[in-house]
Amino acid sequence: MRSTAASAHRGLTQQQIRHWRRRALLALRYIILIVLALLFVFPIAWSFINSIKLPAEAMAVPPTYLPSQIALENYVELTTYGKIGVAQHVYNSAVVALITVAGSIVLSTLGGYGFARFNFPGKNFLFILVLSTLMIPFQSILIPLFVMIVQVDLHNTLFGLALVYITFQLPFGIFLMRNSFLAVPLEIEESALLDGCSSLSLLYRLMLRLVLPGVVTVAIYAFINSWNEFLAALIFMTDQDNFTLPVFLTTIRYGIWGEVDWGALQAGVIVSIIPSLGIFLLLQRYYMDGLMGGAVKN
Amino acid sequence: MSIPPNTLNLSWTQRRKLTGLLFVLPTVAFVTVFFIIPLLMTVYMSFHDWPLFGERAFTGLKNYSELGKDRQYLKSLDFTFRYTLLVTPPIFALGFILASLVRRNLRFIGIFRTIFFLPVVIGLGVSSLLWVWMLDDRIGIFNKILLDLNLVPKAQLFLGRPNTAMNVIILSVVWKTVGFTMILLLAGLQAIPDELYESAEVDGAGYFRKLFYITLPLMRRFIALALILSVIGSVLAFDQFYIMTRGGPRNSTISIVYWIFNNSFTYFKMGYGSAMSIVLLGILVALTGAQFYVLRERE
Repeated sequence: MRSTAASAHRGLTQQQIRHWRRRALLALRYIILIVLALLFVFPIAWSFINSIKLPAEAMAVPPTYLPSQIALENYVELTTYGKIGVAQHVYNSAVVALITVAGSIVLSTLGGYGFARFNFPGKNFLFILVLSTLMIPFQSILIPLFVMIVQVDLHNTLFGLALVYITFQLPFGIFLMRNSFLAVPLEIEESALLDGCSSLSLLYRLMLRLVLPGVVTVAIYAFINSWNEFLAALIFMTDQDNFTLPVFLTTIRYGIWGEVDWGALQAGVIVSIIPSLGIFLLLQRYYMDGLMGGAVKN
Repeated sequence: MSIPPNTLNLSWTQRRKLTGLLFVLPTVAFVTVFFIIPLLMTVYMSFHDWPLFGERAFTGLKNYSELGKDRQYLKSLDFTFRYTLLVTPPIFALGFILASLVRRNLRFIGIFRTIFFLPVVIGLGVSSLLWVWMLDDRIGIFNKILLDLNLVPKAQLFLGRPNTAMNVIILSVVWKTVGFTMILLLAGLQAIPDELYESAEVDGAGYFRKLFYITLPLMRRFIALALILSVIGSVLAFDQFYIMTRGGPRNSTISIVYWIFNNSFTYFKMGYGSAMSIVLLGILVALTGAQFYVLRERE
């Protein structure tokens, strides 16, 4: 369109112009993409670079761009940091995440199967009840949750925190697993039922394999969300020994243990990023399935 | 889970009903105990003077009427809305640009999609810890680069002044969340058939005509969804302010959830915190309703 004038006095054919214009635009697109990608990766890369500087260099003012020497001291320092060292906090976060994953899988699978394949009075009401909690942000019910958890002496316990996290995962999990079960053809189950298979063993022996992608998706979200969660962990864990990793790292940032150790903090940031990033990169397809299935289709 | 056939004299249909109910029972129990009851309790507590330990007293609407006199609460409302209004446009503008850039299945495009999405799977708390360090006046990389390029005369206290604090926190949140908006908008873009653009081009439509007459109208549902999720996230913002500014400077970055947190878990005025939570819930329901209405009207 616009190139007709230019083509006339350069003596190029219309087609050649279009061809080069398209190539130039494509190159420009890749240049923009690469620049943006570098900007997006930079904070993570910068954190990693600093975590492998010597502790003194990681604290240098002004900072150095590249480490003069690669060292793991910041990570070593982290193992004895604070009252009990980072390992205990990684353990706390891992235990909470694993209970959340296990609980979310079991409840979402049972519930999703029940809502997908059975008819019983009040089914629609109960399904809407479960899904409607998606609209209520957990931030607005934290106060009574805290009061209840204190009442039954589950505050300051990893189990209590995990119970709350499981609940946050349920609406999404139920929705996703119900859809997974609905996608399985009815005939597969019917023949097994006629053979006298009980519902639970049918679910366990046959159906679970067919809805495995959904189970993986539920597990990924349960893990990443509970591993990363900050506010509820901050409220429910009042004893430093029970702090999850993000809460513990915040205490480093506020210098509760003395001067702020930025090198150790960045080592901690990397330790906390690796599991969620690793799971995401390995199982990206399932993660995106969940995003699309959970968010877009409704 | 299923009942042994001979213990109860039930027909097959009845047994199926009972089995189904048993399957969903654990979920319903969890949701009731950890969601429905707390929600009702929030309402109940909001009418009481409710310290963590000690006497509770019914005070009627006193907590609500006190909200109007709480200057920090009003300031927090104002701050949270300003933050939401300021952070949403850059997330959408950049999200749309990124989605357009990675739309076609060109070579290596998957790698770029993944990279732009990476920050989404990092926790907001941890990303705030990363950014507060990069923004530090003494040890931070931003000041180092700005000083080395002679763009600033001396190190900037980005988080020390209300205006710059808001701007740099927005920068960090855009980095952390834009990938999510990108993916939703990308799904919207990919749902539009290419033929529409081709026939518009035949009619001589330029980029902006195509954008306003084809792209945006057809993506309305995806935009609505992305907008609702993004706005809700911004109204509920807490981690970034707690970690990066601790509500400062001069209490200028205390969001609503932060003020609820302070009242409920630092001062242990839990009835008062509950009243604020109910108002917050009302605001969110109203915002979600309004956005659905505005973006669905023309269908």
